[in-house]
Amino acid sequence: MHSTRSSVTEMTAPLLSIRNLKTCFPTRAGLVTAVDGVDLDLYPGECLGIVGESGSGKSVTFASVIGLVRSPGYVAEGTIRFDGTDLRNLEAEQWRQLRGRDIAMTMQDALTALNPALTVAEQIEEVLLAHATDLPRKGRWEAARARAVEMLRLVGIPAPDKRIDDYPHQFSGGMRQRIMIAIALSCRPKLLIADEPTTALDVTIQAQVLDLIGDLRRELGMSVVLITHDLGVVAEHTDRVAVMYAGQVVEIGPTQELISQPKHPYTRGLIGLIPRLSDLDAPIKPIEGQVPELIGLGGICRFHDRCDYRLPQCRSDIPMVAVGPGRQARCIRAKENLS
Amino acid sequence: MSAAIQAPAAMPERAETPTWQSLRRFSGDGFSVAAAIVVLIFVLLAVLAPWIAPHDPYETDLLRRLQPPAWMEGGEWSYILGCDALGRDILSRIIYGSQVSITIGLAVVLISTAIGTVLGLAAGYMRGWVDIAISRVVDILLGFPYLIFAIALMAMMGPGLQNIILALVYKEWVVPARVVRGEVLAAREMEYVEAARAIGAPRLHIMFREILPNILSPVIVVSTIRMAHVIILEASLSFLGIGVQPPTASWGSMVADGRSFVLDAWWVSTFPGIAILVLVLSINVASQGLRDAFDPKFSD
Amino acid sequence: MSDMQHRPLLEVRDLEKVYHLNSGLLQRIARQPALNLRAVNKVSFSIQPGETLGLIGESGCGKSTLARTVLRLHEPTSGSITFEGSDITKLPHREMTALRRSMQIIFQDPYASLNPRKSVEEIVGLPLSLHGIAKRGEIRDRVVAMLESVGLKSAHMGRFPHQFSGGQRQRIGIARALILNPSFVVCDEPVSALDVSIQAQIITLLESLKRELGLTYLFISHDIGVIGHVSDRIAVMYLGDIVEMGPSREVLKAPKHPYTKALLSAVPQIDAGARRERVKLTGDLPSPIAPPPGCKFHTRCPFAIERCRHEVPALRDLGGDMKAACHLVSAS
Repeated sequence: MHSTRSSVTEMTAPLLSIRNLKTCFPTRAGLVTAVDGVDLDLYPGECLGIVGESGSGKSVTFASVIGLVRSPGYVAEGTIRFDGTDLRNLEAEQWRQLRGRDIAMTMQDALTALNPALTVAEQIEEVLLAHATDLPRKGRWEAARARAVEMLRLVGIPAPDKRIDDYPHQFSGGMRQRIMIAIALSCRPKLLIADEPTTALDVTIQAQVLDLIGDLRRELGMSVVLITHDLGVVAEHTDRVAVMYAGQVVEIGPTQELISQPKHPYTRGLIGLIPRLSDLDAPIKPIEGQVPELIGLGGICRFHDRCDYRLPQCRSDIPMVAVGPGRQARCIRAKENLS
Repeated sequence: MSAAIQAPAAMPERAETPTWQSLRRFSGDGFSVAAAIVVLIFVLLAVLAPWIAPHDPYETDLLRRLQPPAWMEGGEWSYILGCDALGRDILSRIIYGSQVSITIGLAVVLISTAIGTVLGLAAGYMRGWVDIAISRVVDILLGFPYLIFAIALMAMMGPGLQNIILALVYKEWVVPARVVRGEVLAAREMEYVEAARAIGAPRLHIMFREILPNILSPVIVVSTIRMAHVIILEASLSFLGIGVQPPTASWGSMVADGRSFVLDAWWVSTFPGIAILVLVLSINVASQGLRDAFDPKFSD
Repeated sequence: MSDMQHRPLLEVRDLEKVYHLNSGLLQRIARQPALNLRAVNKVSFSIQPGETLGLIGESGCGKSTLARTVLRLHEPTSGSITFEGSDITKLPHREMTALRRSMQIIFQDPYASLNPRKSVEEIVGLPLSLHGIAKRGEIRDRVVAMLESVGLKSAHMGRFPHQFSGGQRQRIGIARALILNPSFVVCDEPVSALDVSIQAQIITLLESLKRELGLTYLFISHDIGVIGHVSDRIAVMYLGDIVEMGPSREVLKAPKHPYTKALLSAVPQIDAGARRERVKLTGDLPSPIAPPPGCKFHTRCPFAIERCRHEVPALRDLGGDMKAACHLVSAS
């Protein structure tokens, strides 16, 4: 799981490349820039964690990638390239071709994301019949059903040939999440975007689902974006991680290094407020204050009013700076040894 | 599958109650506001009838029997919409008739909403035998066809304004009672209700102070829609001759008056009919607007 | 605290809460067998004054029902609840209402637990006026003082819940619970709906309020990190039973019950060094309506033996204040 990704990244071209992405939502109070200048690269076969709190823009970033930003929101600027295709200039028909086949996304809430009126079989077959090109001409339906059963077996649903004709409400929360993963993976996508895949689940089930995604990634050789608020999940299941705050990526780097030596004060804060089972007496240090309103924020470090290390110079646009091999942080003091 | 991505909510500085927000949303809906204004005009007509009606609605003048509207041959401008079979001015009678429609519509809806809300709250919050008793009565009453039920009651009680109101209330309370009960069943499971119990709030406080304000919007919306329905029922009863008694002007009885010579003097039935149509339509459109304004709960 | 050992603030004996499903009129006429959901199954524990007992378990294990039954927000089916030395299990409604001043609850969902139609002043001031504690003029002052002690401003008094963020709403809920000066507070997943940075703020707030006001907490969470941080002792629940109970340190360092082991090993750790070998569970939580016979955990337990399928394990004393309900665990 924790392969030496950095050596690979230097050689291969990214599968997904996001540059200067800006996504806005007009509201009564003003224009909310939910994603503001995000740059990200995802390499084939890697698992990239996106960590942040609500309002950080982590989900909106990938809703923008997959063209599902809720109206009246819109992608205002930037380029999104996936496997050589410019995703920002796709026709509806091309999107339909791409979504489900090459890029799949799983949602946080499996109960509302699955159609309650269709059986699991119908929902998986629908995707397969629409996208899978390798189904035989003759007996397409039978082949699709066989593939659907196989997918359910792959995600660990017991007695899949029987349960495939059940409706979503007949499954438990963990099983529904698995079904959604089965649907997402049924056409062997190159990229799986998993948006908080385990937030609604209990820890023992969460462990099962995350292990499953990891196993399938290795088996199918796909790339995974794991969007989560849980640094523990990121630490155990990703190769690289990008920390987002108030619509921007504030730090990015290989997971283990980033967690053991965070460079951005926000990342430090996030790590400091996790209660540790290994050290029960270690105090948790809250980050005081709140995420700023994402309206008209310019020319200032977005974290500065909550930051213990702020300087007068923080009241300016802070660029990402390289702080090590494959590591960047959006802080003017990132290279200092802050304690 | 669609991404549930929404803009982060901006926090307004000014304190604004959820009701106020809904009204602000309503005021932005031009079509519904126009409909509400039409309803308001009818209410004004009813209140100001003695001052704005051009003629006495009861004054008969056999010389003007079935006089056509002003723009037709034989019409005159002081009797714009013409006269009925007894030579009474139709416009004045329509203006006075709005008193009947609006009085009955408002009275029936207010009384039955009050009754229905209390019973629905009791059934939904207390459950058990209270709920079973109230719900069975509701089910039984729903089994009767409304109009026939009202006709039967009117036949027993005899005609008159009060009796019409009573006859309609007898069944009308069922509608708000059902709506309220359903809403209460959902609301009583909310944590704020449990929180009120946890601080030791008495049952009546929880029912009327915690739950009621939160379920008022759907009740108001349903009541407005029902008002249109009640107005039609009153017109139907009056049309059948068991509603408001002559010579009092009621749109329903006016339509009935003209039905024997609808081919020769179409205006006698048509204008009160149009009045019913416009009022009912406006109430419906306005209540749709209200529903839309109240529905997206507090998400702005 | 040892001199207080004799008189716990709260003592619960064999508490049971059974919900009868399928007991409607039609089902009774059709003679359908009644379905019983045993949400809390003969649970016993006690909490000393000033202590925090952490209650942990996965969704559907009955921890929230247990807490609400202890407060008699739900009526217990059987068993007894003793609070400050007196049995409150059968206390009449009126006296129970008076007692609510001393026993309060903080809810999980900061959106559902505040009445959206009431201002902050009404919400936080209501307990005072209901119990007739303060006069009209005083209520305002006490609300202001309470809001300030939970980190809100008096300027917030006239606002409505939807104008606050999740963390601020949770502070309002805390203010409402604490304005009556309770001695015992149930914290029912008070941070699980909040963002991590806000979680830490609320946890530190709850801890400092506990110290200042001398509170006793029953703290419910599914988040083991949070529970480990706030609790003096921990009870682990599975399908209505307490399967393990003991001092936090012991339970987290050396769990005895296989379920606790599995739970702890499943928590993602940010330090690679702190990771434990995963005790993998198979399958899902069984239905609480028809729990498996014998040990309820045997269907998922990697160590289950034949005996577990038939015989229900009792919650046994293992010495050192540790208790576990497992046939495979012996006293040290």
